[in-house]
Amino acid sequence: MMIPDGIEDEEKWLAEGIAGIQHNAFYMHRALDANNLREVLKYSAQMLSELRTSKLSPHKYYELYMRAFDELRKLEMFFKDESRHGVSIVDLYELVQHAGNILPRLYLLCTVGSVYIKSKEAPAKDVLKDLVEMCLGVQHPIRGLFLRCYLAQISRDKLPDIGSEYKGDSDTVVDAVDFVLQNFIEMNKLWVRLKHQGPGRSREKLEKERSELRDLVGKNLHVLSQIEGVDLEMYKDTVLPRILEQVFPDEYHLQTLETLLGACPLLQPTVDIKTVLSQLMDRLSNYAASSTDVLPEFLRVEAFAKLSSAIGRVIEAQVEMPIVGAITLYVSLLTFTLRVHPDRLDYVDQVLGACVKKLSGKPKLEDSKAKKQVVALLSAPLEKYKDIVMALTLSNYPRVMDHLDNETNKVMAMVIIQSILKNTSCISTADQVEVLFELIKGLVKDLDGTDVEELDEEDFKEEQNSVARLIHMLYNDDPEEMLKIICAAKKNIMNGGPKRLPFTVPPLILSALGLIRRLQGREGDLTGEEVPATPKNIFQILNQAIEALTTVPSPELALRLYLECAEAANDCDLEPVAYEFFTQAFVLYEEEITDSKSQVTAIHLIIGTLQRMNVFGVENRDTLTHKATGYSAKLLKKPDQCRAVYACSHLFWVDDLDGIKDGERVLLCLKRALRIANAAQQMINITRGSSGPVTLFVEILNKYLYFFEKGNPQVTSAAIQALIELITTETKSDSTAPDAVSDPFFASTLRYIQFQKQKGGAMSEKYDSIKV
Amino acid sequence: MVLVLALGDLHVPHRAPDLPAKFKSMLVPGKIQHIICTGNLCIKEVHDYLKTLCPDLHITRGEYDEETRYPETKTLTIGQFKLGLCHGHQVIPWGDLDSLAMLQRQLDVDILVTGHTHQFTAYKHEGGVVINPGSATGAYSSITYDVNPSFVLMDIDGLRVVVYVYELIDGEVKVDKIDFKKTTTVNLVFL
Repeated sequence: MMIPDGIEDEEKWLAEGIAGIQHNAFYMHRALDANNLREVLKYSAQMLSELRTSKLSPHKYYELYMRAFDELRKLEMFFKDESRHGVSIVDLYELVQHAGNILPRLYLLCTVGSVYIKSKEAPAKDVLKDLVEMCLGVQHPIRGLFLRCYLAQISRDKLPDIGSEYKGDSDTVVDAVDFVLQNFIEMNKLWVRLKHQGPGRSREKLEKERSELRDLVGKNLHVLSQIEGVDLEMYKDTVLPRILEQVFPDEYHLQTLETLLGACPLLQPTVDIKTVLSQLMDRLSNYAASSTDVLPEFLRVEAFAKLSSAIGRVIEAQVEMPIVGAITLYVSLLTFTLRVHPDRLDYVDQVLGACVKKLSGKPKLEDSKAKKQVVALLSAPLEKYKDIVMALTLSNYPRVMDHLDNETNKVMAMVIIQSILKNTSCISTADQVEVLFELIKGLVKDLDGTDVEELDEEDFKEEQNSVARLIHMLYNDDPEEMLKIICAAKKNIMNGGPKRLPFTVPPLILSALGLIRRLQGREGDLTGEEVPATPKNIFQILNQAIEALTTVPSPELALRLYLECAEAANDCDLEPVAYEFFTQAFVLYEEEITDSKSQVTAIHLIIGTLQRMNVFGVENRDTLTHKATGYSAKLLKKPDQCRAVYACSHLFWVDDLDGIKDGERVLLCLKRALRIANAAQQMINITRGSSGPVTLFVEILNKYLYFFEKGNPQVTSAAIQALIELITTETKSDSTAPDAVSDPFFASTLRYIQFQKQKGGAMSEKYDSIKV
Repeated sequence: MVLVLALGDLHVPHRAPDLPAKFKSMLVPGKIQHIICTGNLCIKEVHDYLKTLCPDLHITRGEYDEETRYPETKTLTIGQFKLGLCHGHQVIPWGDLDSLAMLQRQLDVDILVTGHTHQFTAYKHEGGVVINPGSATGAYSSITYDVNPSFVLMDIDGLRVVVYVYELIDGEVKVDKIDFKKTTTVNLVFL
């Protein structure tokens, strides 16, 4: 039956209760004066029966309780003095258990128990154990709570502590801890159940009352901290797990959080409160992760705000706490926040901000454990959100990183990059790019105080390759934005110094070439206005970037990139731009590329690229092809010269364009190649006394066939025949050893000719006059 | 049945951050007997990764490779087939079949595997087969537009080779196959 919120009623019942106590106390006093044990017990039991009421709120019950408490003091003095009642304490302990109702019985028992312990006739721990268990008999939340409160109060000074007079051989600090813990645990259980108990009253009232009682429960923790024998070990291994276990077994509510947090400041500084809180938050995080039904509860009790402020208070209070402790706390809080309130980026930022505040004004972190914790702190949002963009919006994120030393800064930067690569996140605005590069600045340039000598080469390579890979994750479909992204990236990269540029410039260039391809054909906006993202503008940027490689110096890489750009310019129909790139490439070839092997590759790249150019007018093309053939003939080794020169023959015959089919110049190249091959052959004759392999001749023969088939009128079947004869003669000559390469090569070439002869149609006719 | 993985032109990290995830999950260690790689990895990390897939790894040098000591060309025999490997930037005009055929004759191989154009092709000509596995990462190429990531798996069984090409198109892996047969071991003419 719902009883309306009648304050007047409560006052009435309280008054009645107090009257009852006074009434029975009066008679109890008389019996005490008369040393009449039987009467004392009778009236004290009756008096205590007033505490059996269910009608009072905790606040009011407390008043009643205090009256009874005062009376019980007198009772205790009576029990203590055996001469007054003539019963041994052991018997007395037995006697009071005959009281009719359990509540009075237990109050009496506790009172006797107090005396029992003082008498030292039984080990303190045994009596305490007995009492704490007996009290299980009262399960009503309010009554039980106060009963246990009484037990706690009277046992305080009788705990078998170190240095306590109650410490016997078998009594240890463990027993004291056990007792207090158990009492606390039971009180906690009762307190939680208060929510469902009691007559109907307003929610706010109930909360207020529970909050008042919370302190009662929390006092146990205070007692715990007073027990001198409780060292850190014991706290961590024994006390803490049991407390935490109690606070979060499955059926309990989050509200017990308040109890614990309220009690924390009361604990002594020697108690490792940060471990307490960290473990608490870790447990809470797991609890939140266990099921989604639980999450609204967290919100209701404002867990984040409470934890956040509790941590703040602890850190403030414990000035001696090493920095690693504070950061560990923030890590736990952040983990908690990410689990419970992942959508609240402001909370996340708040936690980071608190950490920044703690780190401010201090020199950069030196303690390796602290550094590890900061990395853990910063890694947590990355792991949770997977999308780097979320982390980029946290204003305090870069501020935390600023407090790391250079080494750890780089470690963190790598973590960020790995996260992006692993989740294939896309960074799609120039602003985000700026923020990102700010975060990874330790990798992208030399920070102040970096000792360049110390860099490990393998590590450095790995770092730079990671940055290179990262550049491909910067992308936007919109060309204007993409150009901004490229410019932002370029700006950051260019400060990297000569060691970094060879790693970071190529991906930038290639990414930009991709953009150019998308823009092909674009001169400006359709409205005729100048837009920034045109191929021409981008090529200018690329030119600058490749030029920077000369500071390294990286001529071979630069040459390759110039050629890539030349080809792209060709596709955009920008003849001057393409020509300029070729010029740059040639200049590098002339001035910087001196190694023979590199020259061979470089000239082939130039020839290969040039062969594909269709944008050049006659004059430009002539200049470039002339240069190419010139350099080909000037390579160091004769075979290399030969091959490069016959490769040049293709510069004068391009299948797609009718314009470029200069049969004469093709033949000139092939003849030149032959001359070189001859010279090479003679040289070997002179220097080694035997004929060298005829491979070069077979290669040239194949080229003759190539142009013959293409219809170059200058390449006649007679010439081919002559070449075949030449090779045959050379091969059969006495001074020539059989060669594993040139013999099968020649054989398959002849077989090919045979095949073509038998093909039928125009091809057969062509080959008709060639005899093999 | 011998499985040979042919791939190349990954251009990591210059043009691509990594192999596509879908390819990586398909390429499991222990299933492939040989890997032949046309070049342009470009860094050691890619080399090491390929080594974990199969210890018998053959690589030729691409013009951007960090390791300059890879050979320009390589030949090897697998079963009844002679295979040749070359990146292809050395053969001008780039991608020209006739010029590649010349290289094939020069190397005296049944199957020539070459790259550089980032375009998958499999040509049969008088002298044999030329296979280009394309770019395994779909890297930018000045030669080919719209490159899809691709690689080739060859199943060599006696005188027959089945060429499977795996292409990543719009996020899905598409597979195609081509059959080649040698007539006899001596007469290297293809049907």
